[in-house]
Amino acid sequence: MAELSMGHIKTYNRDVVMNVDRLTKIRQRRMLKEKLAFSIFRIAVFLNGIALFIILYFLIANGWKSINWEFLTSMPRESMTKGGILPCITGTVLLGIGSMIISMPLGILSAIYLNEYAKPGMLVDIIRLGINNLAGVPSVVFGLFGLAFFVVVFHMGISLIAGCFTLAAMSLPLIIASTEEALRSIPDTYREASLGLGATKWQTVYKVVLPAALPSILTGGILSLSRVAGETAPIMFTAAVFYTPSLPKSIFDEIMALPYHVYVLATAGTEIEKTRPLQYGTALVLITLVLGLNLFAIYLRARMQKKNSK
Amino acid sequence: MTDTNVNAIEQKESSQNIQYSDKEIILEVRNLNLYYGEVQALHSISMEFYKNHVTALIGPSGCGKSSFLRCFNRMNDLIPIARVEGEVLLEGENIYAPGVDVVSLRRRVGMVFQKPNPFPKSIFDNVAYGLVVNGIKDRSFIEERVKQSLIQAALWDEVQDRLSKSALGLSGGQQQRLCIARALAVQPDILLMDEPASALDPIATQKIEDLIHELKTGYTIIIVTHNMQQAARVSDYTAFLYMGKLIEVDKTDIIFTRPKLKQTSDYITGRFG
Repeated sequence: MAELSMGHIKTYNRDVVMNVDRLTKIRQRRMLKEKLAFSIFRIAVFLNGIALFIILYFLIANGWKSINWEFLTSMPRESMTKGGILPCITGTVLLGIGSMIISMPLGILSAIYLNEYAKPGMLVDIIRLGINNLAGVPSVVFGLFGLAFFVVVFHMGISLIAGCFTLAAMSLPLIIASTEEALRSIPDTYREASLGLGATKWQTVYKVVLPAALPSILTGGILSLSRVAGETAPIMFTAAVFYTPSLPKSIFDEIMALPYHVYVLATAGTEIEKTRPLQYGTALVLITLVLGLNLFAIYLRARMQKKNSK
Repeated sequence: MTDTNVNAIEQKESSQNIQYSDKEIILEVRNLNLYYGEVQALHSISMEFYKNHVTALIGPSGCGKSSFLRCFNRMNDLIPIARVEGEVLLEGENIYAPGVDVVSLRRRVGMVFQKPNPFPKSIFDNVAYGLVVNGIKDRSFIEERVKQSLIQAALWDEVQDRLSKSALGLSGGQQQRLCIARALAVQPDILLMDEPASALDPIATQKIEDLIHELKTGYTIIIVTHNMQQAARVSDYTAFLYMGKLIEVDKTDIIFTRPKLKQTSDYITGRFG
């Protein structure tokens, strides 16, 4: 009897020891995997950060000296080898504002229709597929489309307005996609609660869904604005020109724009080497504008989310 | 439509105090079938709901009690593949008849959902919402009604100093009482409650149950619940649903003490479900 129970204890102990051994091994392997995964993520993030940092450093180091008040507020002089970039800044800002005035309402309304009203089915799927594919069309194709459609067919000529329409067409799918994403993120319980109180569909969209989705919608809008501001290809056939002697006076005037100006100075100028500092300066202004817009988008979203939950 | 709603909301004020004779039928379901695409969720259900009484719908998960509840304010309309056959008569009128205004139907049949779902708006705006969307513009009327509704929902004391603060800052139990106040503000004839306390702690649940007792004097309440003790505590009538069929419906004390069918007693004593 005593022997038997001793034997029991022995086997039991051996089992425990083996189990502990195996468990420790499993645990160690899991820890290793965990560390490995973490390191990979960390490296990925680090590389991203480094890339942005290098670009910024490069631009600041090379362009910093060209930036001064005169550079920002005066017209180019002496075949654009001296003077400022005021018309380019103006042009890019006007293009950004103009294209958003066209594409934001149109895009948001389309997204509301697709997400809130349209009955799911083949037709909506096809429309959505079309929009998603539009987002993947290279920007130079939009440029050519703008040239053929707005500039030629609609007789707008190379002009601010033709550029705005072209950029709007390009940013439309981005805005629709981001707005749809924002609307989808609003829980259906909000819609049910509103409809359950005797609100119409439009009241539900207007008073509940849109206010809740607004921060994300605006963020999407600002991000597409920053994308629009940096585009060269869509405006090179439709709006931007080498040089204008004055600021645009009407929406049918040709304009200068920051990205196109960099392109022109770097490839087609008479004295490419001499204008290097100006190129870097212009690029620095452009990237500051774009990053500034992105930061503003982040700030706006954070602020509105805070306001919503207070 | 908006004008009639406004009138209805304002008129109800005066008719609130009239006592109804016992067992006046407010809602009658006749041979109701509900399909989600090819799947039949409810099988020819017929039953009656009485005015100013609480009716509990019980049954195991997936038995169709929430789907059933959502037939009464046509919430199932929001699901494209859902299809309803049969009649639901609200004070004698079929709410599924062609030409019925779903929007004003939903004003008359309010709903409180499983999870508290206040809008990301202020406490005041949440309660005022139903009035505003129904076209009421009189600010003092709205303020008075918001206050009344919050008092009815036993929330006024806790929130009267912070009406302009976001409703999302309230606790879960407070949020659910806010949703009840929001539903009460438009003075519906019927209040549908879809497991209103299932996401709440016992104390908050107790408060909701007390509230249901209070509200019964002025409202007809239909409540879906998982919790049989809760059904026993709050309801006058209990309907037991199983696999999309109405198995048995009777006075709550009868269902819980001497149900006619073995299936019902098996469920109530916890033998399945």
